Amino acid sequence: MTTFLALLRKEFIQIIRNRPILVMMIGLPIVQLLILAHAATFELRSVEMIVVDQERSAESRRLVQSFASGGFFSIVGHEDNVDMALGYIESSEAMFVLVIPPDLSKSVQSGLPTKLQLLISGEDGVRAGLIQAYANGIIQLQARSYLLESMPVPKGASSIEIRELFAYNPELDYKFFMVPGILVLLVTLVGSLLSAMNIVREKEIGTIEQLNVTPIRRWQFISAKLFPFWIIGLVELAFGLAIAKLVFNIPMMGSLLLVFMAAAVYLLAVLSIGLLVSTVTNTQQQAMFIAWFILVIFILMSGLFTPIQSMPEWAQMVTRLNPVSYFIEIMRRVLLKGAGWMSIQGLVFALAVYASIMLSIAVWRYRKVAA
Amino acid sequence: MGSLGSFIMKEVRHILRDKRTLLILFGMPIAQLVLFGYAIRNELNDVPIAVVYLSGSEEVSKLSNHLTASGYFTLAGVYRTEAEVWDGLESGEIKAAVLVEPDYPSNLNEPGSARFQIITDGSDPNMAQTVSSQLSAMIRAWHQSSGASFPTLQTEVRLLYNPEMKSVYLFVPGLMAFILMLVSALMTSISVAREKEMGTMELLLVSPLKPIEIIIGKVAAYIMLAGVNALTVTLIAVYVFGVPFRGSFVLFSLLTIVYIVTSLALGVLISTKSNTQQTAMMISLGALLLPVILLSGFIFPIKSMPDILQMLAQVPPAKWYLEAARSIMLKGAGLNVVWVPLVVLTGMMFAFIVLAWKNLKEHLDL
Repeated sequence: MTTFLALLRKEFIQIIRNRPILVMMIGLPIVQLLILAHAATFELRSVEMIVVDQERSAESRRLVQSFASGGFFSIVGHEDNVDMALGYIESSEAMFVLVIPPDLSKSVQSGLPTKLQLLISGEDGVRAGLIQAYANGIIQLQARSYLLESMPVPKGASSIEIRELFAYNPELDYKFFMVPGILVLLVTLVGSLLSAMNIVREKEIGTIEQLNVTPIRRWQFISAKLFPFWIIGLVELAFGLAIAKLVFNIPMMGSLLLVFMAAAVYLLAVLSIGLLVSTVTNTQQQAMFIAWFILVIFILMSGLFTPIQSMPEWAQMVTRLNPVSYFIEIMRRVLLKGAGWMSIQGLVFALAVYASIMLSIAVWRYRKVAA
Repeated sequence: MGSLGSFIMKEVRHILRDKRTLLILFGMPIAQLVLFGYAIRNELNDVPIAVVYLSGSEEVSKLSNHLTASGYFTLAGVYRTEAEVWDGLESGEIKAAVLVEPDYPSNLNEPGSARFQIITDGSDPNMAQTVSSQLSAMIRAWHQSSGASFPTLQTEVRLLYNPEMKSVYLFVPGLMAFILMLVSALMTSISVAREKEMGTMELLLVSPLKPIEIIIGKVAAYIMLAGVNALTVTLIAVYVFGVPFRGSFVLFSLLTIVYIVTSLALGVLISTKSNTQQTAMMISLGALLLPVILLSGFIFPIKSMPDILQMLAQVPPAKWYLEAARSIMLKGAGLNVVWVPLVVLTGMMFAFIVLAWKNLKEHLDL
């Protein structure tokens, strides 16, 4: 036990002495959390649009007016011909062109249908879909008000009323989702990068030989390497959650104890992966590239930025092997939905299995004899 | 020139000798682009929902058919009460529910009000918003087609550049920008730090090489490597993912070369600032990874961000490359549109080289 404690002490001293790394370890996640949490949204603010009004009648002006006053679209120009209007889309100055046909008022009076054209930049499919839905909504509303004016409500037109409710997040504040998620990513990033570089650095510098001739056991060595980062990870999480509460006012419906319990298990899994990378590589450069490769997969396939449901079946299977997606799901359930132990026990258990497998492999792969 | 030439040769030998790293350098970008090209999408498909109706009318069961026929949604089990819906939302079994109020008119041709409630899991707000608007639009469309009202204003929608609304076209150029930036910056970021750590930096500094030559040599040695990466990544984008390439290949190559050199120079700059490889890596990965993903417009549109962040988003080179690459590939834009990103990237490239040079000179003076 004393050898273990001595080793642990050495690791802590080494970390605390390395000022630039220490500053980055604490500073990077905090700064990034504060800034990046604001960036991660698909929320449509104002959509720039161009109007091609081929009629210029009272009716068409009212339609244009209802687009302008909706708050969702902002009209950046009027053009006479469609080709000119499309130029704005090519240069990304507008995303959407509304073409009003010359027979709009005739159609409104006679009740004969006419066609409006919506030309939408399809680059971003989801945005295009939303623009289409909003534009159609405005047009149908306007159509209804034309109809009401020109004739009494026709018999047999039942109205429709749709109420949209967003559970757990009525204001649809994307930060509720992103802040805990980005926090998880940052803690993961820092912990696994440092642990991945750790053992291989000793190899490269040569100090590993000195450790190998001591009576330290393999599991002691790996645990002593892991423990400091584990503590740092938990402290970072605590800092991050405090920021989440104080700065972003993220609701914390469930028990924080539960979050930390899950985090303790989760960090074991991630740090073991880092140490495993460190034991199988020869240079810090290799370790860095492999750690990068794994981390990017973990981050992009965590379900935080793009939904897991949108992935093809096989990629969804890959996400099952991604501890990050488990922990993000746990955070989301406990913090936002107020879920208790019953709801997350399966996920925590999966992480525990993951952690013990990774830890065992890391201990097993570590050789005290140089190859 | 002779000494610079042999310095570049030395660097190239260094690179070529480490077969394992070389394999990683060529293999990784390909593996990542292929993996993420398939996985990073945000179309709605098969989102599990529940349709709860209390009136039991036949019209309404047609509604659930209408919703699932689109392929966007699947029905997850039978839900009868609102309480069951909330349980389903908590466990994540369903992402949304459509509740049809019990006073739903039995005959849509009679005046009255058809009332629906859409509940979505707001804990993933971006998904919730898309799902909710989609459901609402589909219900409206269905309501109209069941003969309840007579729209005089029909709309004809034309989606330019990407009629099938594939998110691949959006994300693959973004992935290219992301992968090229990080691989290039990673490659050079530890190169100087490594020489410092190993002690060989002193040898370089006492050689007749000028600091600027050291920087140019480090960058030049990796240009070929990064160029090959850029080419394979572009070929995969076009031939594997079918991303349209409507613009000029020459312009695109020019843009890509400038971008690669900018990234390599950024790596060298990081390297001159760090004393150990560990520090260099923390900066190039810990500090670059998430900002490049989040601030470049790769996944989240810059226009959606708050104003201050929109200004901050002008900083990552990836943003400029991404913007220009998307314009050239998807819209066939020419130099008249992409000259701004090109000029900005060139400016950044020189700025990084000059800063790295200054840092190295300071190191020499000490």
